[in-house]
Amino acid sequence: MSELKSGSNLEKVLKAGHFAFTGECGPPKGANVEHLVGKFKHLKGNVDAVNMTDNQTAVVRMSSLAASHIMIHEGLEPNFQMVCRDRNRLAITADILGAHALGIRNMLCLSGDHQSFGNHPQAKNVHDIDSMQLINLVTTMRDKEEFINGEKIDVAPKLFVGAACNPFADPFEYRVYRLANKIAAGADFIQTQCIYNMEKFRTFMKQVVDMGLHEKCYILAGVTPMKNARMANFMSKFVPGMDVPDSLIDRLKGAEKGKQAEEGIKFALEQIEEFKEMEGIAGVHLMAIEWEHMVPEIAERAGVLPRPVV
Amino acid sequence: MIVADRKSLEEIQEMIKPHRKLLIVGCKGCVTVCNVGGSKEVEILASALTIARKKENNEIEIDTTTIERQCDNEYVSQLKETVGNYDAVLSMACGVGPQFLSEYYREQKFYPAVNTTFFGGAVSHGIWEERCAGCGTCIIHDFDGICPIARCAKSLLHGPCGGSSNGLCEISKETICIWDAIVAKKIEQGRLEDLLKVRPAKDWRTARDGGPRRSIREELTR
Repeated sequence: MSELKSGSNLEKVLKAGHFAFTGECGPPKGANVEHLVGKFKHLKGNVDAVNMTDNQTAVVRMSSLAASHIMIHEGLEPNFQMVCRDRNRLAITADILGAHALGIRNMLCLSGDHQSFGNHPQAKNVHDIDSMQLINLVTTMRDKEEFINGEKIDVAPKLFVGAACNPFADPFEYRVYRLANKIAAGADFIQTQCIYNMEKFRTFMKQVVDMGLHEKCYILAGVTPMKNARMANFMSKFVPGMDVPDSLIDRLKGAEKGKQAEEGIKFALEQIEEFKEMEGIAGVHLMAIEWEHMVPEIAERAGVLPRPVV
Repeated sequence: MIVADRKSLEEIQEMIKPHRKLLIVGCKGCVTVCNVGGSKEVEILASALTIARKKENNEIEIDTTTIERQCDNEYVSQLKETVGNYDAVLSMACGVGPQFLSEYYREQKFYPAVNTTFFGGAVSHGIWEERCAGCGTCIIHDFDGICPIARCAKSLLHGPCGGSSNGLCEISKETICIWDAIVAKKIEQGRLEDLLKVRPAKDWRTARDGGPRRSIREELTR
């Protein structure tokens, strides 16, 4: 991690040793630029970069590439998400070149939720390459200045490359190896799935540290504040690979009437405090889903403001 | 084998609506083994269609036959004396059958009575599962005899993805996560490191992506 790979703000913040704080934003289900720009004002200045999701949960939306570009125009730094479900290697490569040309400097490589979850379950999926190979493809383009077919690139795209990690999916004993695999494929940073089961996450991070993975890659812990007990219950029961302990659901249920959201935020703040001290954690990725307006308050109360200028 | 499911009676009725004299042709190959298009199923379909048309006061004359294999012209040619005697022919073979029949008997109209689904086998009585995607470059030995291309919903080569939960795939509680099984087998054998290399992007030219495929065995063509 000596010289800068893309020179993105996120990379510089992490490299300077600051505790990173990233946000997330879903593009509109339409071409409503005004709505999208409206969300940005809650994030601007409060996070180091903002993930721009790519047809998340397989529901079609404005392209993450276009929305990322709009974000740059509005003065924020995007973390352009890309899934392997909707593009083959030609489209992926072309979008990476286009992303760099448009000023995008961070990219998150994902397999993508299966289309059966979304609003076009009839669609044919692609999966020409998987997330591991996507990491490899984009870092090969950056570092070797070659396409994966070995041809030279005329002005190679330089992106800071991220990957996801879900310590709560099964089989648990394999998860740390999968993370190691993503780092071996070239991931510069990792953003984890939303964490609720802190005990399990501590066990996971111990494995990560024992294997020295945190020294090869920046790991950002995923935090999504619960809005209420119903949301917690839903995530626990219906979202595959999500681990929400009953103790959290009970805690939210036990909150005074109208105070469940506050209790959810308190839990998130406690998590962030612990992550600041946790060995191997380089920052937090805050996914305030359709709750972007709460980001300024959460960032303030978490004590991560002002964001470093590097 | 090739596995298929029979189309619904309603769909078949709709397809053959204009016809009054029909031949149903079964196949003694894969579709007999998966109990969808052998002689027994041919007779069942013939009776069902006859009864249905009688109810509509629109009677139909149906004859039946089942040949050795519809994917082989040697057997397809055996129908040459009879095939012209019908308004149309309903094939109960996999998708290959009605195509071979159509190519051989250009004047006749052929309909598929089954939906061809996958290459697989019976895992228990009455239950078949997919095992092969016919990608043309077999690498199952790398995964201890398990194919992630056919059996992972995303054809991942570095699975399991974040949707794997309690051994099940994120798409359905009826679908096992095949990567969970691959990992379990590797752990059992103490060879987890096999999974830790990054595989190059797969060459799909040998799969359907390379265009319609052809196998030529020179020694047999002479």
